[in-house]
Amino acid sequence: MADYPLAAQTIKNEFRRAGIRFVVALPDRVTSHHLLKGLIADSEFKVVQVCKEDEGISICSGLYAAGQKSVFMMQYTGFLDSINAIRGVAVEGHFPVCMIVGLLGKEPDVAPTKSKKYGVKIIEPILDVMGIEHHLIERDSDCTQIAPVIENAFANSSPTAILIGREPR
Amino acid sequence: MMKRDEMLKTFARQRKDEIVVAVYTAAQELTHIQPNDLNYTFVGAMGQGSSHALGLALGRPDKKVVVFDGDGSLLMNLGSLVTIANQAPKNYVHCVCENGCYETNGSVPIPRAGQMRFAELARSAGYKKTYEITDLSDWERKLPEILKDEGPVFVTLKVEAGEAYPENFPRLYSREHREKFRQALARS
Repeated sequence: MADYPLAAQTIKNEFRRAGIRFVVALPDRVTSHHLLKGLIADSEFKVVQVCKEDEGISICSGLYAAGQKSVFMMQYTGFLDSINAIRGVAVEGHFPVCMIVGLLGKEPDVAPTKSKKYGVKIIEPILDVMGIEHHLIERDSDCTQIAPVIENAFANSSPTAILIGREPR
Repeated sequence: MMKRDEMLKTFARQRKDEIVVAVYTAAQELTHIQPNDLNYTFVGAMGQGSSHALGLALGRPDKKVVVFDGDGSLLMNLGSLVTIANQAPKNYVHCVCENGCYETNGSVPIPRAGQMRFAELARSAGYKKTYEITDLSDWERKLPEILKDEGPVFVTLKVEAGEAYPENFPRLYSREHREKFRQALARS
């Protein structure tokens, strides 16, 4: 594992550094095995599992209104499925929903917009059109931006997307 | 059958310091009937009231959260019943105003209007207690118990439109009021 480029623990440490207590999630094949299961097993985090991704957008918003910081983990397919809630709640409602989006099927070290996978290729352009900032995480060295990105989202009360480009292990 | 605004007025008379999440017409009416900084109307997309309320309930387990959802709204987010039951927040009261139609969108009937029981769905999902209330005196009498029960509690309220109140959608989704809500909640 020493040579593997992205560790689940590194992402988890960034959540901790950003003061995240709640992790709202619907299992994403990219992150579920090592990251999500690790978070569920860690009593420092409270994991709220949802049945559909739009619920997660709203739960994170309610948590924010109650003074809590959360992130929402989902697969890119769930992001696409919850676009209206992201539009109405996170963007137009100015809620700091921090989306951790697994890009299932993205080729390693290929930019998402250059992916052969149609669903992956359209994610960043959709985020750009919606005015949501996004950040690609493929290596441990990328992870140092996670905590500042989350803190910035809360400081500005605006949504953000952290795109996970390969399975963290 | 209760007039919805009369149902809300009855609730308002018994409200103490609860957070109240309301959607669509109930939200429009609540802002007139009982202006309160702990009114949460910022749901942003149809069906999302129960999920916002879950976030509030988990984030502030010391505060009772009452949501006035719609039947059409709940149908758009039925999975939230399972999510809420799975989290089992003791401070969560989920009221569904069952009027059998999409009132804001032209009063078109909901699927299976009047032929299914929302309280049965909630009970099956795992809510701890459920009620079905059809008249105002029953609502007034049971409300203290409902607000005292350990949640999650589900209440079907059979309602119809009452007096018309002016609509103000920008107020419902106002960032300024949302910030007032956050500050009021942080103080309480």
